[in-house]
Amino acid sequence: MAKKMHDTPNLDQLESGPWPSFVTGLKHLAQDKDYVVDLLGQLEESYKTKKGYWKGGTVGVFGYGGGVIPRFTELKNEDGSAKFPDAAEFHTLRIMPPPGMHYDTGTLRKFCDIWEEHGSGLIAFHGQSGDIMFQGATTENVQKSFDEFNEMGFDLGGAGPAVRTSMSCVGAARCEQSCYNEAQAHRAVLNTFLDDIHRPSLPYKFKFKFSGCPNDCMNSVQRADMAVIGTWRDNIRTDEGLAKTWFAKHGMDELVNDVVARCPTKAFQVKELSKIKAGEHTSTVAVSDTHGIEISNQDCVRCMHCINVMTGALAPGKDKGATVLVGGKSHLKIGGLMGTVVLPFIKLETEEEVEKLVDFAQRTIDFFAENALEHERTGEMIERIGLTNFLDAMEVDVDASMINSPRMNPYVRTDGWDDEVAKINAKKQAA
Amino acid sequence: MNQAVQAAPAAKRKPKETGVPDNTQYLHPTLLKNYGNWRYHDRPRPGVLHHVAHSGDEVWSVRAGTQRQMDVYTIRKLCDIADNFAEGRVRFTIRSNIEFIVTDEKKVAPLIAELEKNGFPVGGTGNSVTMIAHTQGWLHCDIPGTDASGVVKALMDELYDEFRREEMPNRVHLSTSCCEINCGGQADLAIIVQHTKPPVINHDLVANVCERPTVVARCPVAAIRPAMVNGKPSLEIDEAKCMCCGACYPPCPPMQINDPEFSKLAIWVGGKNSNARGKPTFMKMVAAGLPNNPPRWPEVGAVVKNILTVYKEDARPWERLADWIDRIGWPRFFEKTGLPFTKYLIDDWRGSRYNLNASAHIRF
Repeated sequence: MAKKMHDTPNLDQLESGPWPSFVTGLKHLAQDKDYVVDLLGQLEESYKTKKGYWKGGTVGVFGYGGGVIPRFTELKNEDGSAKFPDAAEFHTLRIMPPPGMHYDTGTLRKFCDIWEEHGSGLIAFHGQSGDIMFQGATTENVQKSFDEFNEMGFDLGGAGPAVRTSMSCVGAARCEQSCYNEAQAHRAVLNTFLDDIHRPSLPYKFKFKFSGCPNDCMNSVQRADMAVIGTWRDNIRTDEGLAKTWFAKHGMDELVNDVVARCPTKAFQVKELSKIKAGEHTSTVAVSDTHGIEISNQDCVRCMHCINVMTGALAPGKDKGATVLVGGKSHLKIGGLMGTVVLPFIKLETEEEVEKLVDFAQRTIDFFAENALEHERTGEMIERIGLTNFLDAMEVDVDASMINSPRMNPYVRTDGWDDEVAKINAKKQAA
Repeated sequence: MNQAVQAAPAAKRKPKETGVPDNTQYLHPTLLKNYGNWRYHDRPRPGVLHHVAHSGDEVWSVRAGTQRQMDVYTIRKLCDIADNFAEGRVRFTIRSNIEFIVTDEKKVAPLIAELEKNGFPVGGTGNSVTMIAHTQGWLHCDIPGTDASGVVKALMDELYDEFRREEMPNRVHLSTSCCEINCGGQADLAIIVQHTKPPVINHDLVANVCERPTVVARCPVAAIRPAMVNGKPSLEIDEAKCMCCGACYPPCPPMQINDPEFSKLAIWVGGKNSNARGKPTFMKMVAAGLPNNPPRWPEVGAVVKNILTVYKEDARPWERLADWIDRIGWPRFFEKTGLPFTKYLIDDWRGSRYNLNASAHIRF
């Protein structure tokens, strides 16, 4: 039995209603832990005053410089003692999850046992960067709990100006849209940068995210410094049986309004069967005895919409790989930036091909470490120096897939034009 | 700092720098067997995904909502359900939903019944309103303007039915963020703290706590400059320039940006990370000045529900919030939702001219 609970009239109001309540969970933990009794006390105070009361500090595990988020209470009595002394230290361990966040119950139960013994008993699956967040341990217990998680085969994630914990989608494990082995790429890349994850020494954070198809379930384009998004180069595959099943259920109105009309490049047409033309770059499939689909794959931008609506009837092609975008980030400091295309297509089937992605990631991080200003994200660095200079350093050839449109102003010095054309022609001839 | 270079006391355990663990050891055996060989999926009911492999193998994934910040008793309860009603393998989605994977369709109904009996709503698939991506807030963050888990609990209570149904035009992703750093991320609809007053500086502490050049460099509008105040080195703010983003607060806690009254909440809509149909989009601010009103933030909940109700009624199938607004236009969006369109919603940050209407395209 723990000590008496503090009154929590505000938090109590978060116990009603149908959605699972974290307050009820905290109260359950507080039955046995003075630690959580005082955590609830401090949280209630925040609800009363609308102020936060945690400050950072320096807490870590032996051998690493990051991965623990230190929290010390700032809610003090007049004599400087903590108002809620049992929760005066409430540090979080960030632990990297397996790709796709798959677990067996034995592993989850072991996490619970360790965290019940050494920590608050509160675990978040998962934080916004993808970490399992073991929330609430004293400075003394951080090392003890890390040692036990580490013996289970789990390792600390990133914090501060470091390579951060990554996320990948469920992908090849259970999704028919998967265009590469997300878990393999995720591990190959991240495990190359363990030093940069565990010992923060970059200008600022660097995030990788791995999505298996352009649906980008990991939200990589908007938040990853390097987004690896699955795609394919050949034709959309078709399955006549599933196409006819889909059409029988949904009919012509839905095919026209929900699919044809929503194709962003009008590459998708419905035609009478007799008018459908097959071709090297055309996907065709009958949906009924009279009508069929004709897709011009050279016009298709691989947006995924028709495949999402008619999953199975339509599927990504077989020549799969990924598009790599660089520079996504959120607001601070210059405003939100999407990643921009830097590698329009890479294959990721063999270990050598994955190694090329790792090499590109390594060169990007090296360049970032050398050239970014303090607290500048990759996207901001590229905005400052221009994409062309970044490509030059990465030894990546320019490609019209990298832009929305060519420049709209004349403010560029073009006296190297002929040399550039000659270089491009020489490369073409050598290829 | 690299502690490894310090003289190591003999007793200390060296970390095993193992990195990201291999996920194949945790995969459901049927997922492992059919890795990369899935053919299609459908959704027999909200909250259930049915995947079919090229081998003919089938799996059903039952998705349930959680509170994300879970106590060990809740996690053990989920494990008990996974062991007794499923096949002992689970995964979490990016929005903190848990998925139970089974190979026998007969297990689906009892599994759902057991989850709901224990208070875990089944849903969050397809065109539902799924669980809210969120941050730490007052529970654990060092710079929060508001709470996270509490806001989410209050909102998900309101959106409970929409989580358990698939009745929206397309999927709806929500996020909350307790400061303008926006750790909650881009979403169809996001709730983000929006400060309205410049930071209040404790000049007694700045010299000891803050690296002043770093703080000066952090300001997006160059409104901060070094100054001597009361004989102490400190910082001062050009309040005419300051747009109250709070970027100076993390590197310099004596520049307190959070205020119980003047830290408000703003609503943003139309973020989309998927490439489906149009290119990915960033979300846009459509409402601000909402009070930070714990424990249930009713004013925020009302605006969120209103936008989602209008979207649900008005959007066509497969239109995400951004697609819907693309079709009806911003004037109609503000008209239909009844939200006031104020001058603060006209962008004046860099690149803002691209957000102005440079055409005669007007809907009447």
